[in-house]
Amino acid sequence: MNGAQDLGGMQAFGPIHPEDDVSLFHADWERRVLAMTLAMGATGKWNIDTSRAARESLPPAQYLSSSYYEIWFEGLKRLLLNTGLATAEEIEAGELKRAASSVPRVLMADQVPAALLRGGPADRPATAAARFEVGDSVQTRQMHPSTHTRLPRYCRGKRGRIIATHGTHVFPDTNAIGLGEQPQWLYTVRFDAFELWGADTTAASVCVDCWEPYLDYPNAGPD
Amino acid sequence: MELRVRALESVLVEKGYVDPKALDILIETYEHKVGPRNGARVVAKAWSDPAYRQSLLDDATAAIASLGYTGRQGEHMIALENTPAVHNMVVCTLCSCYPWPVLGLPPVWYKSAPYRSRAVIDPRGVLREFGFELPAETEFRVWDSTAEVRYLVLPMRPPGTDGLSEEDLAELVTRDSMIGTGLPKTPEPKRELT
Repeated sequence: MNGAQDLGGMQAFGPIHPEDDVSLFHADWERRVLAMTLAMGATGKWNIDTSRAARESLPPAQYLSSSYYEIWFEGLKRLLLNTGLATAEEIEAGELKRAASSVPRVLMADQVPAALLRGGPADRPATAAARFEVGDSVQTRQMHPSTHTRLPRYCRGKRGRIIATHGTHVFPDTNAIGLGEQPQWLYTVRFDAFELWGADTTAASVCVDCWEPYLDYPNAGPD
Repeated sequence: MELRVRALESVLVEKGYVDPKALDILIETYEHKVGPRNGARVVAKAWSDPAYRQSLLDDATAAIASLGYTGRQGEHMIALENTPAVHNMVVCTLCSCYPWPVLGLPPVWYKSAPYRSRAVIDPRGVLREFGFELPAETEFRVWDSTAEVRYLVLPMRPPGTDGLSEEDLAELVTRDSMIGTGLPKTPEPKRELT
């Protein structure tokens, strides 16, 4: 989705505000939003790609004028509404109007440490041979899906070179919209910064992780 | 926001979707237990132990796990070694992907539009904004974390640190130096007793 989340190369956002590594939260509600998002993610009603898609589907003006945890709050509300786990009236009032739906799992306090240490690996067994190998020249596809994708706009239709292969990973473009994990080969592609930005850059190169469906050989004709 | 968030939490708790004690533990974990001191230990060990450095560059996930740092948002780790020729900087232009087991939760600036927009086009300007300048011939290589692979920068060991213990070296490793928006601290010069 060409939403406001896709920020690479935009300008005029003003200075960065560096901070020490002590002040992670600026209000108590931010802590609760973080924790609720993680705990609801653990219920299994949606996946990490669905939740990224929910956050980036905010209207651009709202996305850009919200703080990060405000975006997470809005994203979580959308997920709850989309899955029917709660209604807008309930979320507004803080009171139950309907019985709870069932969720596959509830993350209990004593399970938290093990769940965090385990994480959620995204690699899956390969079911097909890799199309590309390290050293190959590739070109990213020119594509503008209105649904979730992890290929930023600044590197679509650009030439680069494969510098690493990571095995097959869950494909966010399908996983975010209920079409399943459909694991795909994942590569790191290095782009010369000039290819992306012309002379208007101080980078030498930019490396981006790209799933195989994002890539073609350069000058490949239509399939 | 405080009230709206509280309303949402009471709905989730009353419906039985979340355990409020689990929320407290999640917060406690990422606010006080998991943070950039973990990454600093990884870097200090890599500076001190050539075999560990090599294993970190070969298989960062395993090398980092060998120090006990595993799990969420660190399932697939890659270490990027800075050299006099190449300076690495990590960003997530699309959201806020960040290696939690070694660095903890990302700081606000890492998740904000100014950094996410500029790191991929003007990393030298970004580094300057953090107060650091590198020689003109140093190449800036930016890593945009678009997948579930997470990147940890292995900064260059500062000069004047021969003979320092791993513990002392770890004190020099800043969070920002492991993102590529900073450099490690240099040791305080030893004071001569007069």
